[in-house]
This record gives sequence, C-alpha cells and structure tokens, in this order.
Amino acid sequence: MSDKIRVATTSLAGCFGCHMSFLDIDERLLKLAELVEFDRSPITDIEHCSDCDIGLIEGGVCNAENVHVLREFRKNCKILVAVGACSINGGLPAMRNHIPLEECLNEAYIKGIGVENPQIPNDPELPLLLDKVYPIHEIVKVDYYLPGCPPSADVFWTFLTDLIEGREPSLPYELVHYD
Amino acid sequence: MSETITIDGKEIPFKAGQTIIEAATAAGVYIPHLCHKPGYKPHGSCKLCTVNVNGRRCSACTFPAATGQAILNKTQELEDNRRKITQMLFVEGNHFCPSCEKTGNCQLQGVAYYLAMKDNHFPHFFANRELDASHPDLLIDHNRCIFCNLCVRASQEKDGKNVFAISGRGINKRLIINSKTGLLKDSDIEVNDCAVQVCPTGAILEKRKGYSTPIGQRIYDTQQIDQVSLTQETVYE
Repeated sequence: MSDKIRVATTSLAGCFGCHMSFLDIDERLLKLAELVEFDRSPITDIEHCSDCDIGLIEGGVCNAENVHVLREFRKNCKILVAVGACSINGGLPAMRNHIPLEECLNEAYIKGIGVENPQIPNDPELPLLLDKVYPIHEIVKVDYYLPGCPPSADVFWTFLTDLIEGREPSLPYELVHYD
Repeated sequence: MSETITIDGKEIPFKAGQTIIEAATAAGVYIPHLCHKPGYKPHGSCKLCTVNVNGRRCSACTFPAATGQAILNKTQELEDNRRKITQMLFVEGNHFCPSCEKTGNCQLQGVAYYLAMKDNHFPHFFANRELDASHPDLLIDHNRCIFCNLCVRASQEKDGKNVFAISGRGINKRLIINSKTGLLKDSDIEVNDCAVQVCPTGAILEKRKGYSTPIGQRIYDTQQIDQVSLTQETVYE
C-alpha cells in the first residue's frame, strides 16, 4: 500500500458537473496525483470503496442505489464531503419533491410529449426511486460541505490542499457561492 | 454632549428615538438583518438582528437606543445563532439558488455568505408552494418568500395601495394578494411599485430582467453584505 492519501469520488443524483469542475484544476491534477491515490471514482472505474481518507459526494439521494453507495462511502471514508448544491439541498432534482412520484413518472413516461410505446420502466435492475430527492446530510453524517453549482476548481483545490496539508479547510468569501 | 451606547465595546452616539440598528448603521456598524429596511416601520420578525443588550436578547431593529446600554453584536454565539436562523429560513422554503434569477443579488444569500453558511443543517421541508406568473410584467414565486413583510409594508406605506398581507400561522403562513381571484394580475400592483423592488429574495420578480447582469458579476458575488448594506443604508440616513 502506498502512503498516499486515498480519495474516493462519486456522483449520485448529480449531473457530473461537479466532477467536471474538479477536473478544471487542470495541470494542478499532476501535483494532486503526487499526493493522493484515487480509489472508487469515475476517474478509476473501481467499483467499490476500500478504506479511504476522503470521500467526495456529488448529487443528492434520489433512489435506492444512491442510498447504498452513500452508506458505502460513509463506512469507508474517514472524511465525507458534500460537494455541490445537489448534495447539500437536493438541488434541481429536488424540485420534483412537491410532486407525487406517480405523477412524475406518468408525466415522463406515459403522458409526455413525443413518448412512444408509453410504459413506466420497471426492469428489476433499475434502482427504485425514492419518494423525494434528499440532501445527503439527511441520510449520513457529513463532515464538510463545498457549496456551488458547481463549486469552482479553486474550491476543490483550496479545500483538498488545506486538508492534505493538515489545516482546517477554510474557503475565502469569493469562493463561497450557492449558484 | 450627545448620548452614547456601546456596541462590542465601541462607543456610538445616538439621537433620541433612534433604534439600536439605526444608531449602529449611522456609525458604520453592521448588524445582520433581512426584515429591517431604513425608512420602513420596524417589523422585528426575522430575528437576525438579535443583539445582547445588558445581558438580555433584543431585536436591534425594534429596540430603542438608550444611555447605559452595553450591546454585544458580533460575538461567536450571536453569529452562530444567526447562521442557524438563516439555515431555518433556507429549509422552510425552497431556495434553489442555481435556478433563481435573483441569485447573486439576493439578500438572503448575502446574509448566508456573510455568516459563512456552507450547508442547511436541518432536514428540508420541501414545502409545496405556488407560483403566480399571471401578471404580464411580474411574478411571485412563493417558494422563495421568507415572510419579511417588506412588500406588505411597502405597498401600504410607500405605494398607497394594499396589495399584500401575510395570512395564517406557523407552517401554514403564506403571502396573500388582495384581489378578487387572489392572483397578481387582478391586483393594482405595478412594476415600479416599491413593493416589487423591496423584495430581499427572488420571491417577487420583474419579468424579462433576470439576467441583465451576468451571474458572477452580481452584488454579493464581489461584495460582502455588511459593506453593501452600510453604503446603501448610511446614504439613506
């Protein structure tokens, strides 16, 4: 085992925008790669988390699989971080929360404009939807929050370097945005 | 010799009849607030401006300044409480900043940024609130209303109308519109009314104006609300 800091990342009910923004640290990725080793993440394609130091969670919790993944991260990561608006308050997916689930499914798959062969998908491999989209802190304990839609590359960089170098992470005013 | 109070140890003069927040603003001391606005009758509902006056909690926007007051404002405890209050405002409504036209110019957001609020802490209500886009030039998104009462006061005190009221209690509290149908289009509100311009959040919006300033270049993107508020409100005084 290398003594590098292990980082895992995932996107639950998110759009991968936060991951794209993370990659926007550009050439600083090389410096980061000297300090950290990626575990489960879309960057590595590792399917399950092993023991990690930091877990970055993008997106809220909209289905049963999201709950399993989130719990796996919480179990394996010493520090769990909510990344982006959706993980913090459900974000845009949570705008369905005041509409009953059945109505949402009918609108998308039965009555929607241009729908052919209308049927609600029910393949057993599809994770079941939850009644609402939940912020991750309503499911597991969260240690840090990085707001933004998405948080800028500088937010990721500042936060991770603070944490890796043993400082209490702190974001200056201009890096904190909810939009 | 003028009379004085102290705020966090700093001596501040006041005039008879001034509230604590008025004296503080005139002296360049920011006390966080949302339902208070200079020139409007105090409402004392948002409780963000709660300060400690000689050991007791008071709303700075309603409490008169008086000789001998030793006031605590920017303490860790009061700032922590203010952050909790702001988080409660966020979870009570549906405040999805990325999809709101007011983002960056929103005082609720500005206060939250000032208080270094990173999360909403509490479980969300995800309340079912209405959107009234019936008016040709205006819309009301009740999801974003924080019941500060400013539009109610503006309509009555400044516009000489009576377009808005707060109805109901607690979780059933809502902003209602004075028209036969309850819709904005049938009220006598107009775009340039103070009641429209005064909304601190994105609850009352002028249509077709949302993105005239790009996101990233808006008020609280670059300036902290204490500086913005003191500049605007001291000028007003």
